[in-house]
Amino acid sequence: MMSHLPVLQVIVPLLAAPLCALVRHGRTAWAIAVASSWVSLWMAWKIFQLVQADGAISYNLGGWPAPIGIEYKIDALSAFVLIIVTLVGAVVTPYALKSVGREVGTSREALFYAAFLLCLSGLLGIVVTGDMFNVFVFLEISSLSAYALIALGRDRRALTASYQYLIMGSVGATFIVIGIGMLYVMTGSLNMADLAILLPELPSNRTIPVAFAFLSVGVCLKLALFPLHMWLPNAYAYAPSAVTAFIASTATKVAIYMLLRFFFTVFGVHFSFSEMQLGIILLPLSLIAIFSMSLVAIFQTNVKRMLAYSSLAQIGYIILGISFFSNTGLTAGILHLFNHAIIKGSLFMALGCVMYRLNSVELENMRGLGKKMPLTMGAFMVGGFSLIGVPFTAGFVSKWYLIQGAIEKGLWPVALLILMTSLMAVVYIWRVVESVYFSEFDESQNDDCTEAPLGLLLPTWALALLCLYFGINATLTTSGASLAAANLLRIGS
Amino acid sequence: MSYSQILCLIVIIPFIGAGLILLSGKYPNLRDSLGLLIAAVLCGTVYQLVEPLRKGYSTEVTLLEVTSGITLGLSVEPLGLLFALVASFLWIVTGLYAIGYMRSHQEENQTRFFACFAIAIGGTMGVSFSSNLFTLFAFYELLTLCTFPLVTHHGTNEAKKAGRLYLGILLSTSIGLQLLAIIWTWNLAGTLDFKENGILSGTASNTVLSVLIVMFVFGVGKAAVMPFHRWLPAAMVAPTPVSALLHAVAVVKVGVFTILKVAIYIFGLETLAELGSTPWLRWIVAATIILGSLVAFTKDNLKARLAYSTISQLSYIVLAALLANEFAIIGGGMHIAMHAFGKITLFFAAGAVLVATHKTDISDMRGLGRQMPLTFGAFLVGSLSIIGVPPAGGAWSKWFLGLGTIEAGEQGLLAVLMLSSLLSLVYLLEVPIRAFFSSPDGGQENVGIKEAPWPCLLAMGISSGMTMGLFLFPDFLYEMMRMVFSP
Repeated sequence: MMSHLPVLQVIVPLLAAPLCALVRHGRTAWAIAVASSWVSLWMAWKIFQLVQADGAISYNLGGWPAPIGIEYKIDALSAFVLIIVTLVGAVVTPYALKSVGREVGTSREALFYAAFLLCLSGLLGIVVTGDMFNVFVFLEISSLSAYALIALGRDRRALTASYQYLIMGSVGATFIVIGIGMLYVMTGSLNMADLAILLPELPSNRTIPVAFAFLSVGVCLKLALFPLHMWLPNAYAYAPSAVTAFIASTATKVAIYMLLRFFFTVFGVHFSFSEMQLGIILLPLSLIAIFSMSLVAIFQTNVKRMLAYSSLAQIGYIILGISFFSNTGLTAGILHLFNHAIIKGSLFMALGCVMYRLNSVELENMRGLGKKMPLTMGAFMVGGFSLIGVPFTAGFVSKWYLIQGAIEKGLWPVALLILMTSLMAVVYIWRVVESVYFSEFDESQNDDCTEAPLGLLLPTWALALLCLYFGINATLTTSGASLAAANLLRIGS
Repeated sequence: MSYSQILCLIVIIPFIGAGLILLSGKYPNLRDSLGLLIAAVLCGTVYQLVEPLRKGYSTEVTLLEVTSGITLGLSVEPLGLLFALVASFLWIVTGLYAIGYMRSHQEENQTRFFACFAIAIGGTMGVSFSSNLFTLFAFYELLTLCTFPLVTHHGTNEAKKAGRLYLGILLSTSIGLQLLAIIWTWNLAGTLDFKENGILSGTASNTVLSVLIVMFVFGVGKAAVMPFHRWLPAAMVAPTPVSALLHAVAVVKVGVFTILKVAIYIFGLETLAELGSTPWLRWIVAATIILGSLVAFTKDNLKARLAYSTISQLSYIVLAALLANEFAIIGGGMHIAMHAFGKITLFFAAGAVLVATHKTDISDMRGLGRQMPLTFGAFLVGSLSIIGVPPAGGAWSKWFLGLGTIEAGEQGLLAVLMLSSLLSLVYLLEVPIRAFFSSPDGGQENVGIKEAPWPCLLAMGISSGMTMGLFLFPDFLYEMMRMVFSP
């Protein structure tokens, strides 16, 4: 049983999804979703422990050995990302009961959970597989279900947002499959480990750089790196709250995982960063993303949209760490994958609580909410301070490593810019603080506004407390991230 | 109870106090007496640590380790203990004063006010006993955030605007420069612990360390070195007890204390004295001393004038750190205490005038001395201490500072100190002179005594008494500061 964990990790949610669609009963579907997401988390934790102890796990699907059969390969990085995805999934599904019931409507609840589980299994599949084409298949599974999930938003603009995402996402996926196809033509292999051996042996030719370019653009579209980010703000702003919390914390993270996998494992550090000079491309783009998106976030009136732009800036931080291609930089990037997932998860879930009571997340309508919904806003503040990077929150640890990475490379202006953009985060979070705590509540607008129900509060606070815990005791996350970084760099060199 | 437990307790007590204050918010009398009690307990507990330090025990606790090398740790060293003693003692006095002030002024949200006040003291205790730069930074930021509701206490648009300026300057300097300097230090030295003779000597070139010290001096925005001083006058919109304890003692002294700590225990005095940028920085700080005094002249609002006087006086201590010799550091450390007692007396007096007569401008205070002789008497004592003449404590710290400038071979800076004393003589003594010797506007004599409520008077009496007491008995302060060099 334990030896089959890598495949079960994908199969459990993948089989639970049609089950949800078949039962057609909202509550039952929810129970199935919760059970399978918790089992996924448990399995991810087991895998994480195994990988930490014994190193990478390899699993041959159907008993066919690689490179003929499909290989599932889980190393330190995959195990780390598995934890992120399943953790957020396990927290969001219990939360969905109340939130989705209100925002999506009971008639479509069962279908919602089916799509949700499909999305989860697709994301997990990308992470566990060691086969290039398999990545594309799972990418499509997760993306298609994500489009459906976003379109379920109550606001009719969710439909156009989802459509926009569909178009951009399909372009990205097509680019990726073109890149994979070129690699296959040149090497005759789809197995990542195999490719890593075959590619450097090829005589110099133009196809490989072209494949590299297609894959880079495709993946960057998926992870919403500036300037390929246009689909993201609307998709996050109009999706149902639970979906935003889940997608924001996992989908872009898994896309970044793909980037790491392709560039470090398949192409290798030498090809990606010395021959293709990826660092020189990613560094300025991530800096622009961090700076411009933080700036845009300051001027948003819809808090959910503000956080969406903040996500774009945070993705910039992660890519920035990666662009240093040093041990510290990579550790910072991978660490921030996790930290940003729990931070944004808790923030979007707190906003879901506000949505549940107020039917709005406009800053204007949230005035004085600190007194009405103290626990919800408390969780929001924990997440917000963590986003800024206040000491003893998870965000501080990421920033610490990131700035270390910049200083190691001698990039002083970058280190200064990272800190300056933290100040911009202070500004946009402080706008919420002032409105929520230092303004009076408008009683005429909604006089029976009280604290959100426990079913929403508990999951929200679970993530908020994790933000605090991993700011106070970060040994688990930092050791996981630095092991993953060390693995990536060793494989590449 | 072991000394390390006492040390943890000191940092925790104010937070417990904040909790108790919040819980007893419905009963003002209970709340305020609890507040005073907590302050007294805190001061008593801090005093417990003096004896072991004298005997040479080193007390150190590591509370938790965030990730390898970044720890939250506390330790006792003379400078920090001295600062903690001053702050916790003055918390009692201010607590007393605040009761009289807040009640007779009928301020709203008093529970939030007292609770935030307690947290601010907790932050101050954390800073004074922090054993490494990370811990110091964490408490420094806590102090910034928890004083924001105090600054914006009145909730008016003016207060909110001032609050934004306050937060903006303090956070941007601390995150933009100080944090960067801290991470850089970590990168160079591989540790952030405060160690005797510093951790940076020999780790990098003179140029790199020269840049680093500049980042520290300006990054510690709470020290209000120009051009990052604007937050301090802005913070004067707060109720007077806040201006008195936080913006003349706790918050601003946390700033200069941080710079002293960095100078002594991160750079090490010998390394610091040799840096290329140190002489330049000394003169930049000297410019703040003079400019602060000059701006104080132009302010008619009493609290604003005191704020600029504070800016000028804080730079004395920053200068002491940059002079980097034993005399200067002793003078700087003593000045933390001396200026605290003197300036708090001045703010108390300003608040008492406001409570009794609702006057804020110096030009309106003509002849008021006959009506409020005790208040203006206390003001006079406080002014003498700031100017640095007997019979007030400020004379001693100025003396050592002067010795420090000569030791460093910077006679020019001695002249700056003297000039600044002269300036403060004029802008501070103008107030009691107007109050006592001019006749009130409108010609008619004010009849009878109309002082502030008795808790305010008592607090003023204690602080001005201490100011004079410290002139007669400065030995305690001197001994504590000596221990920095001969533990």
